[in-house]
Amino acid sequence: MRASRGRGKTLRWGWLDVVLLGLIVLVGLYLWRRAAAEVFYRWDWSVVPEYLVYQNPETGDWRANLLMHGIYATLRLAFWGTLIALIIGVVMGCCRVSRNLFLRLVSRTYVEATRNIPPLVIIFVVYFFVSSQIMPLLGIADWVRHTEGALRTVIEVSFGPTALIENFLSGLLVLAAFEAAYFTEIIRAGIQSVEKGQWEAGDSIGLSRFKVMRYVIMPQAIQRTIPPLAGQLISLVKDSSMVSLISVQDLTYSGTQVAISTRKIFEIWIFIAVVYFVICFSLSLVSRWLERRMGRGLQ
Amino acid sequence: MIRLENVNKWFGDFQALKDINFTVGQGERVVVCGPSGSGKSTMIRCINRLEEHESGRVIVDGIELNEDTKNIAAVRLEVGMVFQQFNLFPHLTVIENCTLGPIQARHMSRDEAESLAMKLLERVQIPEQALKYPSQLSGGQQQRVAIARALCMEPKVMLFDEPTSALDPEMIKEVLDAMIALAESGMTMVVVTHEMGFARTVADEMVFMDNGRIIESAPPDAFFSAPKSDRTKLFLSQILSH
Repeated sequence: MRASRGRGKTLRWGWLDVVLLGLIVLVGLYLWRRAAAEVFYRWDWSVVPEYLVYQNPETGDWRANLLMHGIYATLRLAFWGTLIALIIGVVMGCCRVSRNLFLRLVSRTYVEATRNIPPLVIIFVVYFFVSSQIMPLLGIADWVRHTEGALRTVIEVSFGPTALIENFLSGLLVLAAFEAAYFTEIIRAGIQSVEKGQWEAGDSIGLSRFKVMRYVIMPQAIQRTIPPLAGQLISLVKDSSMVSLISVQDLTYSGTQVAISTRKIFEIWIFIAVVYFVICFSLSLVSRWLERRMGRGLQ
Repeated sequence: MIRLENVNKWFGDFQALKDINFTVGQGERVVVCGPSGSGKSTMIRCINRLEEHESGRVIVDGIELNEDTKNIAAVRLEVGMVFQQFNLFPHLTVIENCTLGPIQARHMSRDEAESLAMKLLERVQIPEQALKYPSQLSGGQQQRVAIARALCMEPKVMLFDEPTSALDPEMIKEVLDAMIALAESGMTMVVVTHEMGFARTVADEMVFMDNGRIIESAPPDAFFSAPKSDRTKLFLSQILSH
């Protein structure tokens, strides 16, 4: 039995495949029957749309509800987290290969300290310091409270409700600082994978070391490291769920709240899992497209 | 133009250059030959500080090469280099490869740099490849782009480190032709190569190195017909037998 699948690749179904598939279906059906019979749980999927959006009964406007706000917060964490972590990663990555001993030591220490402690522990340790000491120092909450109009809208779209902004920023900075250590190592490996001849060619046409890095080495390093960078970005999105434990109101946090109050645990958590999956899978598709597009110059 | 005085260099315990005394006058074409491991590449890489000499002096166009980065930068603007492995920038088009140096190191405007690059690509006979990427070109074309790229910096001296050694035989001629044309325009050149036919055509001086030392140095006629040292004779007999 053959089924062809475009491009000349054929799917061949042997007897073993049929047997295994049959076994899996049988086991699945059995578990489903047992679950339906014995697990006492009333499914009610209506809680999902109910907490996603709600309609103001008087004006008929659709507004975002808790879960939707959570999705927005997670997307913001993903976007800003990646941006900040990439910038730190590029700078630290260059420091790791610098000729300056001090820069090498600082970046190495940062990487080793961050990579050898569990993320949750780092989040707890750093977050309380950042949010209780640094944030009040910067006076961001006060400053934001006094903004108006277009600026305020931009801030709210980018960072979420102004009342929660200090909390959000603290969580964001901790997340970014943590993930940046991994970005650093990826970029460092990328830089070191560019052959020495590229440095020599850059040097010999009179470019300063900084300019060789900026125009010759870094573009090649980044292009090579797009797959692991994308993988790390997806890790970032998944790790962002941990900031829910420090009360940043992301999707996981909102989900916990709704699940507890409605007691529809399975529906809510399955929904949340699906949302994270959609976000992460879309990122991996974008990364594959980016890889193809940037690879044209460097067959 | 170029002066190496009593230059020595070690790689760990291995001495790669032993009391090198080497001069190149303006407009001279010097071909350096010798068995592999003789230090030829190391010597010319000391001229643009891709290698650091450990004793002695290296002076290029009156500028002494030492720890001072300003000197190194100044020398590198005057010395162009063509590598055995081409070392073109794969993420840039041919013309971007050529204009990167002039724009970033000589602070030329993009238009000036591009017209200079096109002029030089015409000189090496590949102007139509300007918008292609290096991976789309043959080896001979890539090396000619490398020559154009080095020439875009308008150097006073051109160094060639075995420019044809990584090429298929049928592409060697196009690169050598470009180098001969360059020589005829009066450029000062130091070429490390095994191409003796080219050497005979172009060189003012032949230099033979073995084991880190300069064994013999003479104009091509004298060098090929009446080599003085036994090691030179041995080398020539091996290399000229085909």
